[in-house]
Amino acid sequence: MCGIAGLIHRGKSSKVGHELQGMLQALKHRGEDSTGYALYGDTDGKNFIMRFKVGENVGEGSTSVAEDVSVYDERKKIVDSYLNEMGAKIIKEERILPYSLRYEIEYNKKDLLEFSQKIESIPGVEILSMGKSLEVIKDLGNAKMVCDRYNLDKLVGTHAIGHARMATESGVDIKSAHPFWGYPFSDVSVVHNGQLTNYWNNRRALENKGMRFMSECDSELIAVYLAEKMRDGASLEEGMRESLTGLDGVFTYFVATKDSLGMAKDTMAAKPLVLYESDDLVAMGSEEIAIRSILPQEIDTYDPFDGEVKVWQI
Amino acid sequence: MANIKSVSKKTKAQAMGMHTEVLTGRTQQKFFNPDEAENFYYFGTHDVDFNKRTDLDVKDMSAAEANKEIDNLMSQGYGTIVIKNPQGKHSLGVGILNKLNLIFEGSLGYFGMGSCDGPIVRINGRVGWSCAENLMAGKVVIEKNAGSCFGAAIRGGDLICKGSVGARTGIDMKGGTIIIGGDAGAFTGFMMQRGRIIILGDVGINLGDSMYDGTIFVGGEIGSYGSDAVDSDLTKSDQDWLKRKLKVAEIGENFDVSKMKKIVAGKKLWNYDNLEPTEKKGAI
Repeated sequence: MCGIAGLIHRGKSSKVGHELQGMLQALKHRGEDSTGYALYGDTDGKNFIMRFKVGENVGEGSTSVAEDVSVYDERKKIVDSYLNEMGAKIIKEERILPYSLRYEIEYNKKDLLEFSQKIESIPGVEILSMGKSLEVIKDLGNAKMVCDRYNLDKLVGTHAIGHARMATESGVDIKSAHPFWGYPFSDVSVVHNGQLTNYWNNRRALENKGMRFMSECDSELIAVYLAEKMRDGASLEEGMRESLTGLDGVFTYFVATKDSLGMAKDTMAAKPLVLYESDDLVAMGSEEIAIRSILPQEIDTYDPFDGEVKVWQI
Repeated sequence: MANIKSVSKKTKAQAMGMHTEVLTGRTQQKFFNPDEAENFYYFGTHDVDFNKRTDLDVKDMSAAEANKEIDNLMSQGYGTIVIKNPQGKHSLGVGILNKLNLIFEGSLGYFGMGSCDGPIVRINGRVGWSCAENLMAGKVVIEKNAGSCFGAAIRGGDLICKGSVGARTGIDMKGGTIIIGGDAGAFTGFMMQRGRIIILGDVGINLGDSMYDGTIFVGGEIGSYGSDAVDSDLTKSDQDWLKRKLKVAEIGENFDVSKMKKIVAGKKLWNYDNLEPTEKKGAI
């Protein structure tokens, strides 16, 4: 059992970091092994923001092996040198935690595949997100703990999705935490609640087509599946509709891009989702209490039906 | 274990499609004797006065605290309780076993009004998953939409949603009536054993999947039929009952019930013919 939440403001910006924190904290009883945020902040759109990790959180409850901080330093140096080699200029650098970094990068090539492959060829390094608006922040603990650790409260943006995870089929670590970046597409992220039963079949087929998996978490498949569909020319919504038959199991998932937010629900409607929709705000979560954390007044909400796909623009 | 067999002479309830089987042999059924009423005690119930009314604001209460306070108010004889600011909290109003007029001014989360026996409830909002699960008797009216597993395993009473409901409405229901003013999701009536479901709008895929007995009435389009769910003739008796029920439910009073579809169990999945398990596979 995991909890997912998402919101999109239409025609305005808001403190989406604070809002999503409240929504995910309301769902913490659904799992607090790890919590992740995909925040779409207000930027000038010129530079890429790369969130990446050079190691794992090895705190209480983690299934990762402890490493010396000097290893993280060494990996960071290699990342810096690779960026230099590829002509990417670091405009701003923040080391939020010993293992977690945020770079603002000037990089003019559109294809991020080669870029990502090069960076992730360094053992222990994973790009959590790459985009001109998207920032994926995920770590162990509940929503408030992660929000406080990464100072997400003040982040202003248009939309966001997040995930409160109860680890069931893979480890308690950052690499298995949601959201997943829609590698190698800029500004695409996914969160999922459910279980995918044809994970390995799909994974093998997608790996044969050159797609990359960083974890053994079944939910990562959705991000990779959609990325592959979009690589072949499908729109996000088309890819999501195909996923209803291409993915087997029970699922409700959210996908976000630079300017849109979407949801899909499996054909058995086995996983919960409550949705609120108004002219200027769409908010949804695994339980109504998530929406209530930002809209305490009486509101009209509903459960999307089985096999439903919806996409909203900012 | 009770023996189950088909009978040729139908009771009125059977003629209306509520159920077709008859239980015979030793059962756990007990009969109430009015002469022994003074010795009868239903644990956890209270004598309440409907004219004694109070409000209860649960904004800063947990579900357990709110339910305990409702019980406390009933023990003081309050028969009409208005709950303010439920704010989507889970498990509110569960386990009420006596008559009570309960009004929620707002929406409930999951498992609201579960395991109740007797209260009349109006929810001026929506409800989350598994509303009124295991309802034994009484009436629950939801003014807006409801989540999945609406009325799961109810045994009696009337459960009314004026909006739309999610998937698996009436799953495993064993009696009572569920009335939906809008649409219903997939697997409505999944494995239902008795009782009736009325849906005025459309319904999703696998309607009545693996239903043992009971009846489903649908006013709109059906996504698909589930295993062993089959059409049946809508009788005059059905139509009269539907009109009465919709009127009492204050919903769809002008709805043309004569065009509704009636769905019942085909009785191919269940062992009505004393088939061995291996033989049953062949029957399917």
